[in-house]
Amino acid sequence: MHNSSGEARAPAAVIEVEALAKSYRVFDKPEGLAASVRSLFHRPSRVVEALKGVSLAVGRGEFVALLGPNGAGKTTFLKLLSGIITPTRGTARVLGHVPWERADDFRRRFALVMGQKNQLWWDLPAAESFRLHREIYRIEPARFERTRDELVDLLGVRKLVLQPVRDLSLGERMKLELVAALLHEPEVLFLDEPTIGLDVVAQHALHRFLAHIQAERRMTIVLTTHYMKDVAALCRRAIVITDGSILYDGSLDQIVDRFTTHKIVTLDLDDTPDAAEFARLGFPCEIRGPQVTLRIDRQRIADVLPEILRGRQVRDVSVEDVPLEEIVAELFRSGAVAPARVPEEARA
Amino acid sequence: MSRADATPPFPGLRAWWTMLVICLEERLAYRGDFILGTAMRFLPIVTQVFLWTAVFAATTRSDIAGYSRTDIVAYYLLTMVTRAFSSMPGLAGGIARSVRDGSIKKYLVQPVDYVSFLLAARIAHKLVYYLVAIIPFAAVFFVCRGYFPPVPDAATIGAFTLSLVLSFLLGFFMEATLGMLGFWFLEVSSIIFAYMLVQYLLSGHMFPLDMLAGVPTGLAGVSVADVVRWLPFEYTAYFPAAVWLGKIRGAELARSLAIEAAWVVAMAVACRIAWWRGTRRYSAFGG
Repeated sequence: MHNSSGEARAPAAVIEVEALAKSYRVFDKPEGLAASVRSLFHRPSRVVEALKGVSLAVGRGEFVALLGPNGAGKTTFLKLLSGIITPTRGTARVLGHVPWERADDFRRRFALVMGQKNQLWWDLPAAESFRLHREIYRIEPARFERTRDELVDLLGVRKLVLQPVRDLSLGERMKLELVAALLHEPEVLFLDEPTIGLDVVAQHALHRFLAHIQAERRMTIVLTTHYMKDVAALCRRAIVITDGSILYDGSLDQIVDRFTTHKIVTLDLDDTPDAAEFARLGFPCEIRGPQVTLRIDRQRIADVLPEILRGRQVRDVSVEDVPLEEIVAELFRSGAVAPARVPEEARA
Repeated sequence: MSRADATPPFPGLRAWWTMLVICLEERLAYRGDFILGTAMRFLPIVTQVFLWTAVFAATTRSDIAGYSRTDIVAYYLLTMVTRAFSSMPGLAGGIARSVRDGSIKKYLVQPVDYVSFLLAARIAHKLVYYLVAIIPFAAVFFVCRGYFPPVPDAATIGAFTLSLVLSFLLGFFMEATLGMLGFWFLEVSSIIFAYMLVQYLLSGHMFPLDMLAGVPTGLAGVSVADVVRWLPFEYTAYFPAAVWLGKIRGAELARSLAIEAAWVVAMAVACRIAWWRGTRRYSAFGG
């Protein structure tokens, strides 16, 4: 099931990555004056492997989330795919081009939006940046106007395009950044933490927009984030990266199936129950007033549930999967999930 | 892509023109900044004039190395015009900063040439500067009109204009190349400072360079002025001023213009190479 996107991937891969690795040399700054003087002549350095041989393929029209904690290698991966950096090892092709050759033909067909960097001219209205994009991306004027109007209306920012960018809020700016990035109708869009620092309303507006535009244009989008809400709302395929390697590559639903062994059962009782009574069942259990939360093995739930309910005054009962946030947080933390659980393609 | 069909002629030039216009708009947003900056530029000149007045007061000679007191004042005022073309405040530092803070990435991702963009931005910067500076400049030159020799002939004015345009390009490519050292060094401000010092001394900004004609280098028959002539610096201050004052004429003028043009080409190439190697390094090590 996690291969559902696989059929589409093989024939029309827009992004093909093979054993891609990137190491950085970082210089340590030793403490103390004597060490500082020594470092004038010899700077101690070490090599950090930001990405350790990643392979994957993304098909046209896929919307992929790259998940991972800070420093996992997500941004390094996007920088490689957008040609900002060259890899230490491995190959990548995006739209048939080697990204770091930075051919203009390639650069006219994709866009990169970084949540923390702006591409718009700070002291000028966004309309001016748009005009510049029309020229550098060589967009036909009629087409430019049509695309711009469509994007601006979809995001509800028509009134903002004539205000200097520095006067706008972060959310407004982000929307205009997206307009600027999409004017040339890129076939591939890379988004690095696009919703960072945005409030819930702005996040939601951005999600709706991305979902719409992606479906309409069959654009291929790769998005890095550590907000699970971004992912759940948008992407069917999630790639979890920790410590420079892919830990999981598949559908979001599958993450739940694959990495959790239990469900969460919540009971609302009439009175505060006897703790010992629940402890006897042998499942992790938490009692807060009349509410009891149990973590029960998925295989056993059908057997156990009737037993729990029998002879009790239960007002309400719910059986839920472990929240996605919690699973992914656990994945980030451990890094080492039982190897058998890691999907085959992620281990390639 | 059907987009390519609609490409107008010279799309690169059109993009560059749009860049220039947008840079102009941006610079105009800062014009208040310029007015103060322009006024400040006249201060060092005033101290130079005082210094030379004192020098001439202390001697009975009517000229020093061929410069009378009025010649000296005219020379300094003319180097101000030259510097208004060749100086590039903030260019090298700005490039180095954009490497350090990562805003250079934009120019790696977008189909746009960074050096062309910088040139457009700098032309815009200069045009807006002239727009603001023309008034104080005109006022000062009017007040000091008595110091100048009669206006030279058309050919000299033409050579002077050409030397100014070349000095703009030379200053631009030298400083842009310097800024690209930011790809190799985290901090370039001390390199820029050293450059400024050498520049100040060897450009003629500090004193007329023909005063070095009598200073021997140790090599038989070669003066310091002869060496400096082959360096790029004098073309960013001394040379255009000397042309206007009629100190360089005929074959020597042609030769000097050729040397200046050669330096422009050499520095433009150096700038390209620095960009090319710098971005390769950036991609390999940083990013």
